[in-house]
Amino acid sequence: MEIFLQQIINGLVQGSVYALVALGYTMVYGILGLINFAHGEVVMIGAMLALSALTALLGWGVTPLLALPISIALAMLGCMVLGYGIERIAYRPLRHAPRLAPLITAIGVSIVLQNLAMMIWGREYHSFPQLIANTPHNIGGAIINNIQLIIFILALAIMAALMVVVHRTRLGRAMRAVAENQHAAQLMGVDINRVISITFMLGSALAAIAGVMVSANYGLAHYYMGFILGLKAFTAAVLGGIGNLRGAMLGGLLLGLIESLGAGYIGDLTGGFFGSNYQDVFAFFVLIAVLVFRPSGLLGERLAERA
Amino acid sequence: MSLHSVRSLLFGTIASVLLSLTLYGCEKSATTDQKSSGDLVVRIGASAPLTGPQAHLGKDNENGTRMAIDDANAKGIVIGGSKVHFELISEDDQADPKTATIVAQKLVDDKVNGVIGHLNSGTTIPAAKIYSDNGIPQISPSATAVAYTAQGFKTAFRVMANDAQQGRVLGEYAAKNLGAKKIAVIDDRTAYGQGLADEFIKSAKANGAQIVAHEYTNDKAMDFTAVLTAVKGKKPDLLFYGGMDAQGGPMAKQLRALALKLKFMTGDGGYTPEFIKLAGTAAEGAYASLPGVPLDKMPGGKSFADRFVAKYGPIQLYAPYCYDAVNVMIAAMQKAGSADPAKYLSALADITYDGVTAKIQFDEKGDLKGGAITMYQVQHGKWQPLETLGAAETAAH
Repeated sequence: MEIFLQQIINGLVQGSVYALVALGYTMVYGILGLINFAHGEVVMIGAMLALSALTALLGWGVTPLLALPISIALAMLGCMVLGYGIERIAYRPLRHAPRLAPLITAIGVSIVLQNLAMMIWGREYHSFPQLIANTPHNIGGAIINNIQLIIFILALAIMAALMVVVHRTRLGRAMRAVAENQHAAQLMGVDINRVISITFMLGSALAAIAGVMVSANYGLAHYYMGFILGLKAFTAAVLGGIGNLRGAMLGGLLLGLIESLGAGYIGDLTGGFFGSNYQDVFAFFVLIAVLVFRPSGLLGERLAERA
Repeated sequence: MSLHSVRSLLFGTIASVLLSLTLYGCEKSATTDQKSSGDLVVRIGASAPLTGPQAHLGKDNENGTRMAIDDANAKGIVIGGSKVHFELISEDDQADPKTATIVAQKLVDDKVNGVIGHLNSGTTIPAAKIYSDNGIPQISPSATAVAYTAQGFKTAFRVMANDAQQGRVLGEYAAKNLGAKKIAVIDDRTAYGQGLADEFIKSAKANGAQIVAHEYTNDKAMDFTAVLTAVKGKKPDLLFYGGMDAQGGPMAKQLRALALKLKFMTGDGGYTPEFIKLAGTAAEGAYASLPGVPLDKMPGGKSFADRFVAKYGPIQLYAPYCYDAVNVMIAAMQKAGSADPAKYLSALADITYDGVTAKIQFDEKGDLKGGAITMYQVQHGKWQPLETLGAAETAAH
């Protein structure tokens, strides 16, 4: 039983990271109808920026207690600028182009960011300094350590905060209006360019936090880490219903659980025919299943209609 | 012209200029020292993953090879009456078998006289066919999979003991010396990881241990919590990982994070400073093996290590083997009096050479004769040798 519980905990922690990244995908899709494939790379850049900032700050003798929040803040700032830049340079000129063009551009931006990161930070794995004492806690026989606990709680807190912003502020109302109908929102006096830019920046800030979480959890950062993570988060967003905020959160947690339980038990279930090396396959299997059987996702409907 | 067509023209020109600059910059670099005309130029090809999770190992290989070539150029080697200038052509195979075959073809087209490579078994095995078809002798400094020399190619050699020997020693050590009764195995499904794990399992079972779990991952993974949790449920005494340090390090770390109190053992792929760096405090107590005798016990080993560290920094793993591979190839060329692959291949097959890692002699398959295996353990944050096992036909020490 404790093994099952452990897999659940692993899945929820991994899932909360997917959920954070999936929110970025879902917000942009809700507002622009565009899948921002470069989002996974923004996560990676957030992790690398935080790593560089942290190494520099620790090198100057700043205490870890101060260095970590500062690095995270710097990473968020950097990613917000990056997100704004991507929107302005790559997506805005294509806003009235056929839907395929921004999609291809997004993949192009993803490749550019990967290679930029490779040139700036090199090709090897960087180890992320462990600053939080990683004491394990025993919950009914399963182990969760400090970093995992922080990731899970922080992710939930951020998601709750995002829901407050989207549903209880003027900005949130403007975002929902633009998601529902761009032209009508413009006629109602909403500055859609500003709203779109802010949406990108919000998603990128979340991506930066997710990047730091992943690096802190595994103690690793490297230039290729955003690719698979981005694909899986995209799957999570589709699973929950792309364009739907609650869907992204649900999809993320669910995908984390599916992956963890699947990889853990598939060897036993198939008698060793399929092994745990098929772990990554689960995400894509889920993607195919969702698109074939329920394309609108579990919670269906777009962001706007649920308001 | 309309503004639109001017813009397109300008954009097109800038794009083509950028493209050509990029292509020009993409030319791989070859070391060329000063040489005088009339020298015989001998090209030695080298292939290793210079990008990706194993880039630190690939760079280490390249450095070892480069140091041997620089030493040879400084010595002024004479082959068949002509003074020789050696050139290194270093390629990146990204530890990917598909890229390795492309790299192998490229080296063959570059008319290299010999190849030091590749690093991983998964890349060395398919590349061996290409070198064999073109008669280019290939010495791998690090590929340990049995399949490499089992293909029957006359041009395939290695300067390191293979996984049949290594797996046997590891399994015996785990079951007998460490007394592990229930063992869990994880491998990364590469030719190396899978091969080593299979040999380990055979040997551990033969020595009375029970394999309670065999799980898998891949050589790009970062997250092992699901696999480790499944292993935890089977309650093993020892976990063996067949794969490289880029996964072994994080795996050891996640192992301790899950509060799993079992011993961790890996093969030569994990015996690196990088493993300790990636695993952090979790590296303490981990076991690994490396074919060969500890460098400081070999004559010439310490001076090689000092010179290498002064020039390139700490030795990651296979640099001494690359150094030996280059030197044994050059020795064969000198013995045959020719750098022509067709002529020095037989000299290479019969040669006896005292290297910094071992006394090098090849058997009829191209394997190293009499390879010893050393077990190591991380103690106080550093790898310390424990025991050297297996037939040790090393140079007298």
